[in-house]
Amino acid sequence: MSETFVLPVGPQHPALKEPTSFRFKVDGEYIVDADLRLGYNHRGMEKGCEARTYVQDIYLLERVCGICSNAHMTCFAQGVERLMGIEPPPRGVFIRCLMGELERIHSHLLWLGVAGHEIGFDTFFMYTWRDREVVMDLLEMVSGNRVNYGMQTFGGVRRDLDGMQIKTLLEGIAALKARTPYYLNLGATEPTMVARIAGVGKLPREKAIELTAAGPTTRASGVDFDVRKDDPYAGFGDLIPFTIVTDNGCDVLARVVVRAKEMMASYDIMEFILRNLPAGEVRTKAPRKVPEGETVSRVEAQRGELIHYIRANGTDKPDRVKVRAPTLANWPSTLYMLRGAYLADIPIIMAAIDPCLSCTDRMAVISDVRGGEKVWDWETLRQYGIEFHRRRGIRP
Amino acid sequence: MDLLKVALYLLVYPGLLFLFVYSTFVEWVDRKLYARFQHRRGPLYTGRAGLLQPIADFVKLMAKEDIVPSSADKPLFNAVPVLALAAVLTSGLLLPVWHFTTGIVSATSFPGDIIVMAYLLSLPTFAYFLAGWASASMYASIGAVRVLTLLFSYEVPMFLAILSPAVMAGSWRMAEIARFYQLHPGYLPVNIIAFAVAILALQAKLERLPFDIPEAETELVGGTFTEYSGRKLALFRLLTDVQMVTGAGFLATLFLAGFPGGLVPGFLWFIAKTLFIVLILSAIRAVTARIRIDQMVNFSWSYLAPAALLQLVAVIIVKGYLP
Repeated sequence: MSETFVLPVGPQHPALKEPTSFRFKVDGEYIVDADLRLGYNHRGMEKGCEARTYVQDIYLLERVCGICSNAHMTCFAQGVERLMGIEPPPRGVFIRCLMGELERIHSHLLWLGVAGHEIGFDTFFMYTWRDREVVMDLLEMVSGNRVNYGMQTFGGVRRDLDGMQIKTLLEGIAALKARTPYYLNLGATEPTMVARIAGVGKLPREKAIELTAAGPTTRASGVDFDVRKDDPYAGFGDLIPFTIVTDNGCDVLARVVVRAKEMMASYDIMEFILRNLPAGEVRTKAPRKVPEGETVSRVEAQRGELIHYIRANGTDKPDRVKVRAPTLANWPSTLYMLRGAYLADIPIIMAAIDPCLSCTDRMAVISDVRGGEKVWDWETLRQYGIEFHRRRGIRP
Repeated sequence: MDLLKVALYLLVYPGLLFLFVYSTFVEWVDRKLYARFQHRRGPLYTGRAGLLQPIADFVKLMAKEDIVPSSADKPLFNAVPVLALAAVLTSGLLLPVWHFTTGIVSATSFPGDIIVMAYLLSLPTFAYFLAGWASASMYASIGAVRVLTLLFSYEVPMFLAILSPAVMAGSWRMAEIARFYQLHPGYLPVNIIAFAVAILALQAKLERLPFDIPEAETELVGGTFTEYSGRKLALFRLLTDVQMVTGAGFLATLFLAGFPGGLVPGFLWFIAKTLFIVLILSAIRAVTARIRIDQMVNFSWSYLAPAALLQLVAVIIVKGYLP
């Protein structure tokens, strides 16, 4: 078979948990070219932020994504704190950091399971998700919720930890710490699994830097980039010690190893936090209005560097909020990895960056091939939306 | 009277009804074992301990809307599931569990029935290919090509593997081969490599992990079955279950000395030995990831086929020293 044809993956496909659209030009079992279309899941959140107050925005931005909700919350809260000129008290900083690491554990365990499922290793999926329940229970105990914890606010966190909770947290972390090496070992030695992930989705170091890969993807290519080290936040620079995990494998196996070792590093961070939790308040009082100014806030979310840009105009509502989620930074490298790969490796290569489309998706205007308008202004867009719904019998 | 006997034989035992009931039971065993391996509970609610779940699933699928794609090759698309199911049900009749005497040669036990059996077990694979091809869908077509590639990789090792117990016993009739090993159980371990090869090949034939490459859900949606729904999909699923029963019975006949002892003990042996093979198949399914098609071809031709050949040489050497 030498003729190529186009295989659509998405917007709906079992390998995709959220809608996006890939077009693969395949030659038998090989991928010749890959193309990506975004824009199926756009929810207009950035615009929504401008219509709400800062306090409402924290909870809106938390709902950008179900997995890294705390990262979005932290990122926005610390950006606004910088504009307000307030600092959370030490205990608040420690609990903020603890939430971030707990969320990282739950996300990485989830990812390990999904990676197993993508290569058909459902037993691995069941095992990791069973252990993920441990950290979900801890999160529920601390915040009251399994997802969307609602913990961060301007000037600190909203809930304190008591002695009993600290004890349970330490026990849960110890249990997870005992289990994680098993997954690391399984991922690195089980023959069929290694056969599917070793040498797959190669992203050399230079390419990772050139294509601005983020998070575990770039660290698995040997780049020691981590916002926690490069732009310390939530106590990472001076108060809380941590080790940065890299691997020189540059393939999916390396990404499994990096994530598993990152979990081990996170356990150490959390144990340090819980053993050295300073006394005092967990939050300081924050003003309602934010003085004029702009800031860029960065957080190392589970999937990589998360950036929020916030511009304030002196009122209680932001002038502009811009979210750059790590998945967007990883798309170029994903397309690079997919070209020349096997058809069977599509799901695992895509999954290896831990894509989160609800974080990433944005309005995309496709230029009309028959020579239409390329750029839509607000009025045309609004008119299009009204017409679109009217055609379907929905009153705008 | 004879006619009635034949009708009973075809429709009730060991024909349609028995194979249907037993294959759903085997599916339940497989699902339960797979679930327990994964620290899950498996089917629980329909019937005692979920025993009726496979039947409930079958009935549910039968009642679902049956969609035929407009661009599909309709006669072929409709005929394939029925023909393939007929082939595996026929293979069930050939198993030497219901006609344990080697004296009488009948339509269901004759010299050379081992070849017919292997052929009938291969027919569904071609049916999968035709089903995928007739669907006229991108995913199904790629699945269909993968079915054939998979067939080329496991079929030769499978045939070589079933050859060695036959050569050892000096017969092409399953009942006689089983009889030989019942009389000389000491020769059973000689075929251990062939047994392992045949188990792996059967796993590939049933398209189960790690060899479920043609229907790889995360890659090809449903592979060859992407466009199938309702009744026809139910038939395909039933067919896979029956194929698992007859395939396991086939291997038990050749490698585990068949089902001795007459009607009732023979039947019990049949249940025990097929379930043993299903246990192995479930365990393999639970501990592996799906391999790629190129890795499968490599694996078959660099390990499975040479291992089967080695086994054949070993059998010939042992047979040379047979008392």
